Amino acid sequence: MNLDFQELSGTVKVYLDNRLVPHVFAQKENDAYFAQGYLHAKFRLWQMEFQTYYAAGRLSEILGRYSGSTDLLNKVDRSFRRLGMGYAAEQALKAVEANPVTKGQCDAYTEGVNAYISTLTKSSLPLEYKLLGYAPEPWTNLKTALLLKLMTWDLAGSENDFAMTNARNLFSAADFELLYPTTQDSVDPILPKGTPLYGTSDTPGVKLRVPLHADSTYMMAKGSALPLEELKPDRDNGSNNWAVSGSKTKSGSPILCNDPHLGLNLPSLWFEMQISTPGFNAYGVSFPGAPGIIIGFNDSCAFGFTNAMRDVRDYYEIQFKDQTRKEYRYNNEWLPTKFRVEDIKVKGQDDFLDTVAYTIFGPVMYEPGYADPLNTGKYYACKWTAQSPSNELLAFNELDHAANYSDYLAAIQNLSTPGQNCIFASKSGDIAIWDQGAFPAKWFRQGDFVMPGIDSTYDWQGIIPQKENPHMVDPVRGFVSSANQVPVEVKRYPYYLSGNFPPYRGMEINRRLEQMENITAADMMQLQTDNYDLFAEMARPLFLKYIDTTNMEPAEKSYYTYVRDWDLRNDPGEKAPGIFNSWWHSLKTSIYGDELGQTKYPVMEPYDETLLEALLKDSSYKFVDDIRTPQVENLKQIATLAWKKIYPSIQQADTFGNLTWASFKDTKITHLLHINELSDPHIPIGGGTYSINAAKSDHGPSWRMIVELTTPTKAYAIYPGGQSGNPGSPYYDNFVDVWAKGHYDTLWVMSPGEQNDPRIQWKINFTKSQTTANHPE
Amino acid sequence: MKWITSLLLIALLSLAAELYLPFWSVALISFGVVAAIPQTSWKAFLCGFAALFLLWSCLAFYMDAQNNQILSSRVSLLFLKIKSPILLVLVTGFLGGIVGGMGALSASFLRSPETQG
Repeated sequence: MNLDFQELSGTVKVYLDNRLVPHVFAQKENDAYFAQGYLHAKFRLWQMEFQTYYAAGRLSEILGRYSGSTDLLNKVDRSFRRLGMGYAAEQALKAVEANPVTKGQCDAYTEGVNAYISTLTKSSLPLEYKLLGYAPEPWTNLKTALLLKLMTWDLAGSENDFAMTNARNLFSAADFELLYPTTQDSVDPILPKGTPLYGTSDTPGVKLRVPLHADSTYMMAKGSALPLEELKPDRDNGSNNWAVSGSKTKSGSPILCNDPHLGLNLPSLWFEMQISTPGFNAYGVSFPGAPGIIIGFNDSCAFGFTNAMRDVRDYYEIQFKDQTRKEYRYNNEWLPTKFRVEDIKVKGQDDFLDTVAYTIFGPVMYEPGYADPLNTGKYYACKWTAQSPSNELLAFNELDHAANYSDYLAAIQNLSTPGQNCIFASKSGDIAIWDQGAFPAKWFRQGDFVMPGIDSTYDWQGIIPQKENPHMVDPVRGFVSSANQVPVEVKRYPYYLSGNFPPYRGMEINRRLEQMENITAADMMQLQTDNYDLFAEMARPLFLKYIDTTNMEPAEKSYYTYVRDWDLRNDPGEKAPGIFNSWWHSLKTSIYGDELGQTKYPVMEPYDETLLEALLKDSSYKFVDDIRTPQVENLKQIATLAWKKIYPSIQQADTFGNLTWASFKDTKITHLLHINELSDPHIPIGGGTYSINAAKSDHGPSWRMIVELTTPTKAYAIYPGGQSGNPGSPYYDNFVDVWAKGHYDTLWVMSPGEQNDPRIQWKINFTKSQTTANHPE
Repeated sequence: MKWITSLLLIALLSLAAELYLPFWSVALISFGVVAAIPQTSWKAFLCGFAALFLLWSCLAFYMDAQNNQILSSRVSLLFLKIKSPILLVLVTGFLGGIVGGMGALSASFLRSPETQG
C-alpha cells in the first residue's frame, strides 16, 4: 500500500509482521511519529478517542446522561471536570508545546492521526462508532495531553483522605495508629535496609516545619462525616520490575524485566511497535494516542516502570466570603477566585454548565452544589501535582534515544506525575532504579486527612529535590527491583512517605533474585509468571492454629485439608486459594466489621498486612473481640466463626465446579464499553493479588517484557490483547491465550536489510506527495 | 419469466450500484426496474424482496466466510443473543429484502389498477 501526504518531509517505510507489529523506518523522526499516529488511528482510533472523552469529562456527550444505572454526568463527567482534568491537560500541553522536540513530535503525530481519520467513510468507521452512533472528531495535541492525564489519574489519582478523616473521627489516637500504621515490620524496601540514602549529604533539601498544634488540632480533630462518593482508580494498580546485572546472568549481560499491572481491557491499553530512525531504534509498547515508545528498549539499553504509589493529591477546606464564591480567605486576606466554566454536552438534553472555583490550592472539587451525597456544606479544594505543568512526553522521547545511564538519568528528570520506579539496564553493564517524580515533601501524616485551607500552614512546603528521591545504581547484590513497596526504610527518610505500599510481591521477588545465579531469559519468564503466594505463606499458620477442627463434618474437613496441604501456589486448578482467601476476608470482616460498622459512612479499611502483622504478634489483638456482643471473644472463636461463615458458599462453589482458582477468581478482559459480547470472559489463568503473577479478576500484568541486553538484543514479551482494536479481527485478542498460559512471543527487532523476511505480511509506504498544482502567486 | 428477469436485473444492478452508492440505492434500483417492467403489487414486492434477500445474504455469507465468522459471532451474540453467524446472515438478507421489496412495491403503485396486468 502506498500513501502520499504533504505533511511528510521524507519517506517512511512500514512493515507489519505476522503478529501485526509495525516496524517503522523513517529518515526524519517527526515522519516516524506521523506514521505512528496514522497506525495508532488505523488500528485503535475508537479506543484512543473514547479515552480522551473519558478524561475530558465528555462521556455524557456520546453515551447520554445515564449508562445503565450509572449517572455519567454527575459521577464521571463532573467528577473529572471538577478535579481539573481539562485544566491539568492544558497545563501539560503548555509545557509540551514550549519544547520544540515534543511540539514537533506531537504535531506530526496529530497530523498522522488526522490523515487516517480523513480516509474514513461512514461505512468504514470502527464498530463502536456505529454502535453508539457518532463519528470521530479531529485529533489535537490536547487530546494527547488528556490521554496522558488519564494515565496519571489511573496511577497517581488515588488517595484515601476522606476515608482516613472519617476513621480519625471515629477512633482514638492509639487505636488509629493500630489500624493504620505508616509502615510494617516485614517489608523489604526498594532500597534495602541500610543502603545509603543519597550519598552526598544527609541534610534534607526541604526542611519541614510541622504546624504548631498539628497534634491536637489536625491529628485529633473530631468532626462530622465527610463526602465519600468519589470516582476512584483501582487500588490494585501496581507492577513489578527488576533488572539483574551481568554478574548474575548466564550470558554475562544484564536482563531487564517489567510487567505493569493495570486494568484488563479490550482493545488493549498497549500497542506494540518498533520505531527506527537515524537518531534511535526503539522497540516496545506505545500508548495509542501518544507518540513514542513508553516501555521497551533500544540498541543500547532497556527501561520500564512500576508505580511509585505515593500520595500526591490532598484536599484543603476553603472558606469563601459568601455564596458567590468570588473571594476566599487565605493568610488573613480575601483572595479573588478564578472561575472555569465547564460546558458539558449531554446527548439528547441541554448542556450542563458547571462553574468550578479555582483557588491557590487548586479547583474546588466538592461544594454544596456538587452532588455531595452527605451534603456537609463544606468546600474542598483538591491539590494535585498533576495540575502543574510538566512534560512527561520528553521523558519517553529521551529514553527512546538514551545510550547510557546518564542519558536515562537526564530523561527521567522530566517525569513529574505519575511518579514511577524507573528501572534501567544497559549493554555497557549498568543497572539502576530511581523512584522518580514530583513528590511533595510532607511531614508525618500530612495529607492523610483533609486539611485546613485558610492559610499556608498546612500547604506543601516544597517538592522533594530530585537527587533525594530514592535510587540505587549498580548495587553489589547484583539486582535492582520494585513492586510498589515502600521505597526506603520509613524511619530513615526525612520526608513522610504517604501512600499505599503493598509489601509482599516485592519481598518475594527479592528473595528469589537473591538466590538466583546464572540467570537466563527462561528463568525470568518463570519468575514473572510465578503463582507463589508469600502472603499465604505468612498467614496460613493463623489458619492452622486458630480454626477449631473438632466438630467439623467430613466434607468441611476436606476443604480445611486442601488449605493445610496446599503448596501455596495460586495455580489455576487449585482449590485451596479460593478457600483460603474466602476465609481471610471473612476473618478480616469479623475482626474489623464491628468497629468500622459504628458509622454508616464508609471508613478506611485497614490493609491486609496490618491485620496479618498484628495477629502474628499478638493473638489478643484489641480488635478481635466483637464489641457488639456482651462476652469477650478470642481469636480462636473468631477464626472458627469466620470459617463457619464461608463454609456453605465454598461448598456451593464446589458443587457448581467453581472452586478451582481460575473459575473462582474468574479473570475477564473487558471491552472498554463493558459490552460482554466484545469482551473475553473466563480466562484460565492463576496468580493473584500477592503473587508475582498478579492476575486478578479485572487487573493484571498488562505487558510482560523480558529484555536480555546481549548483542544482538534478545527480547520476549506478551500482553493480554491484540494489536487490532477491531473486534472482527483475528488480531483483536490473539495474544490472550498465550498470555494466560504464561508463554511469551520472541520480539523481532527488524533491521533495514530484512525487508524480504517471510515474517512480513504487509507493507505501507508513506511518501511526500509531489504537489503538481500550480501555486497562485 | 418477466418476474425472473426483473429479479436478476435488480440483483445485478444493485450489486453494481453498491460499489459506488449508499445502501439505500438498492431501493431506487428496485423502483426503477419495476417501473420499467410493470408487475402487480404483490409480485413486485416479492421480486424486489427476493432479489435483495439473495444478494445481501450471499454477500454477507461471502464476507463472513472471509472473516472466519469472527465478527459475526460477536455481533450475533450482541444483537440476537445467540451465537449464530448464519442467522445474522439471514437477518441481513431479510433487511435487504425489505428495502428492495418496498422500492419495488412503490413502483408498482405508480400504475393505476385499471392498466395493470
